[in-house]
Amino acid sequence: MFYRESGDFKTTYIDDDQTFPIKFDRYRYYAVMFVAFAIIPFMVNDYWVNAIFLPFLIYSIAAIGLNILVGYCGQVSLGTGGFMAVGAYAVYKLMTAFPDVSIVFHIFAAGAITAAVGVLFGLPSLRIKGFYLAVATLAAQFFLVWLFNRVPWFYNYSASGQINAPERTVFGEAVTGPNVNAWAVYLICLVFVTITALIARNLTRGTLGRKWMAIRDMDIAAEIIGVNPLTAKMSAFAVSSFFIGISGALFFAVYLGAAETGEAFGITKSFLILFMIIIGGLGSIFGSFAGAAFLVLLPVFLKVVGADWLGVPTDIVAHFQLVIVGALIILFLVLEPHGLAQLWRVAKEKLRLWPFPH
Amino acid sequence: MKTKLTALALGVTMAAGPAMADLVFPSLSYRTGPFAAGGIPYADGYADYFTLLNQRDGGIGGELVSVPECETAYNTEKGVECYESTKDAGALMYNPLSTGITYQLIPKATADGIPLHTAGYGRTSAKNGKIFSHVFNYPVNYWDGASVGVNHFKDVAGGSLEGKKITLMYFNGSYGKEPIPTLEALSAAEGFEFNAIPIDYPGQEQKSQWLQVRREKPDYILFWGWGVMNQVAVQEASNIRFPMENFMGIWWSGAEIDVLPAGDGAHGYKSIQFHNVGSDYPVFDDIRKHVVDTGMAAGDGSNIGTVLYNRGVYAAFLASEAAKDAQAATGSSAITSSDMRDAMEAFEMTEAKMTAAGLPDFGPEFSVSCENHGGDGSAAIAQWDATAMEWNLITDFSNSDASIIGPLIEADSSAYAAENNIAERCN
Repeated sequence: MFYRESGDFKTTYIDDDQTFPIKFDRYRYYAVMFVAFAIIPFMVNDYWVNAIFLPFLIYSIAAIGLNILVGYCGQVSLGTGGFMAVGAYAVYKLMTAFPDVSIVFHIFAAGAITAAVGVLFGLPSLRIKGFYLAVATLAAQFFLVWLFNRVPWFYNYSASGQINAPERTVFGEAVTGPNVNAWAVYLICLVFVTITALIARNLTRGTLGRKWMAIRDMDIAAEIIGVNPLTAKMSAFAVSSFFIGISGALFFAVYLGAAETGEAFGITKSFLILFMIIIGGLGSIFGSFAGAAFLVLLPVFLKVVGADWLGVPTDIVAHFQLVIVGALIILFLVLEPHGLAQLWRVAKEKLRLWPFPH
Repeated sequence: MKTKLTALALGVTMAAGPAMADLVFPSLSYRTGPFAAGGIPYADGYADYFTLLNQRDGGIGGELVSVPECETAYNTEKGVECYESTKDAGALMYNPLSTGITYQLIPKATADGIPLHTAGYGRTSAKNGKIFSHVFNYPVNYWDGASVGVNHFKDVAGGSLEGKKITLMYFNGSYGKEPIPTLEALSAAEGFEFNAIPIDYPGQEQKSQWLQVRREKPDYILFWGWGVMNQVAVQEASNIRFPMENFMGIWWSGAEIDVLPAGDGAHGYKSIQFHNVGSDYPVFDDIRKHVVDTGMAAGDGSNIGTVLYNRGVYAAFLASEAAKDAQAATGSSAITSSDMRDAMEAFEMTEAKMTAAGLPDFGPEFSVSCENHGGDGSAAIAQWDATAMEWNLITDFSNSDASIIGPLIEADSSAYAAENNIAERCN
């Protein structure tokens, strides 16, 4: 009744091509943006931001990045943690080398550096596919972590190999370092999330995204109809790594404030983000958000319910968390192999027909 | 989805609400993951000592102590979450038992005005109180440990390490990398050859590292390991028949659980300790009587008297003594984290205090000042006796070589100060 195209007349091509052609979707999108930008910043405190919003937003960027590579272009990657580390170390070196340049440029530059590294490690994808490519990107993961541990130049020769984010400001408001306001770090991450999600959404709707999907669905057929696999695969690696680099930079500089590679950007991080997009839905921007929310919120939720409300000992809660999260992942994949995004798609189909079933 | 978030966050704030009146010492523990073997007895000791104070003395100065526990699994992200979720409950002090989490919390806790106490771990250069206003690592730090360990090897070698080869096997993370600058400086000063072999997290597989040891044949090995890594290393050392008396772990690699799996092969393995070992102290009788027998113990009571449990008790003892000082200084039993910080900066550990708490001769005497947040850096060497199955101190407590460590601390802390624009205090 409300959720339908009919009655929403478009008189220009721009209107016709917009991201959300259905009025209801559009208003929902505006409402989410309004809540995120105009209401939440006034309500958050340190706990909400550091335990829930920052990890959710930052992992969303990483999940969008990985989704472009795996979900849209079909190139399996296990190097996400390593590429996040590139972003983190790039932003650290830039922050300390050019303290007068705004951190925003540094974060974009860190994304660009990661894109270059990503293309380099993406080269094998021209020759190998599937599991073999996964192993090649796994090599990237281990090599990059080893590199940042091994070469002291990357961590400015500090005694323990830790990198620490010094204080940097945007429009006079600190966004890194210890003296930050909760709303400021929330907003900076939100802005990056919005920008990257918009870019990703529009890329995947356009020529480039269609090329990626053609390669994903059948690379030989795609080549025959004129898609250049070199540019398509390399652009997927570049764009994907760019986003992952940005998320790594934010993860280190804004969220953690201090990091060491092996611990913060290890193989578990690669798997975590892969799980996010599998649970959220491969080949869906909304799925990236849903998957990130699921895997960030669920452990916090279980901890709050188990340890803080029910008073169960923390170790039992921690063990049960593994069991419950694992069981839910299996359950989801059995009941809905296309992830949370598919649930949303089904809901939309139902909404179109509502209240008449046929 | 946003509404769900809001509802959840509301729940979180409600959950973090109570326990405002007590003295709150959050325990960021890890009872899961590859380091749980070390994390569990320490967290039990920390909790049990405070429970003892509550049960036997009615708290500290009449205020009950609460020790909210939060599981970090030695993971820095969870550590941050734990810190944020417990700090608003009136946390007086943090003891995260992880060097990685400590690095994370140093700027955050300083900004929030909550002291950090990192006894025997954390950032070594935090000893320089002129730069690190809210971080305390008394009574000892890693560089002290490295220096005392090398001094012991020097004694064993007959007064000179000239031409000897010392290898450091370390956890490839901030914790394990800490002693490297000191050992490099000591190698230059003492004339021994130094090399370092990293062991990656979690360290269950060390064959290649020990192959390297066999190839390089070091005279002495120093070991910075933790959790499951320790048991594997001791086993591997005994497998390649490395003389165990030349193999020495830091205090985090010298507990009963680390050497028991290797059986007789571990006999003679040494470790550096900053407090005494054994269960022969009156406080443990009190803990058995008031805590374990009343069913309030954090664990099952079987860890009492083991090295890491004792260390948890010792950390809780140092914290409670500082809280008492803070109560005496302010004249009020309800203290704040800033009172706690001031008390820690004026802290003095005396034999009388240790005896009164039922821990006679348990650790060294030391005092803290505005410039020196690290005490005197005294440590002793313990050796494992596999037949009696116990650790014994084989040396007295001795101080580290301040002439080597002092300049390193100065350099590292001033680099931190320059990076973060921190002005020197205490002038």
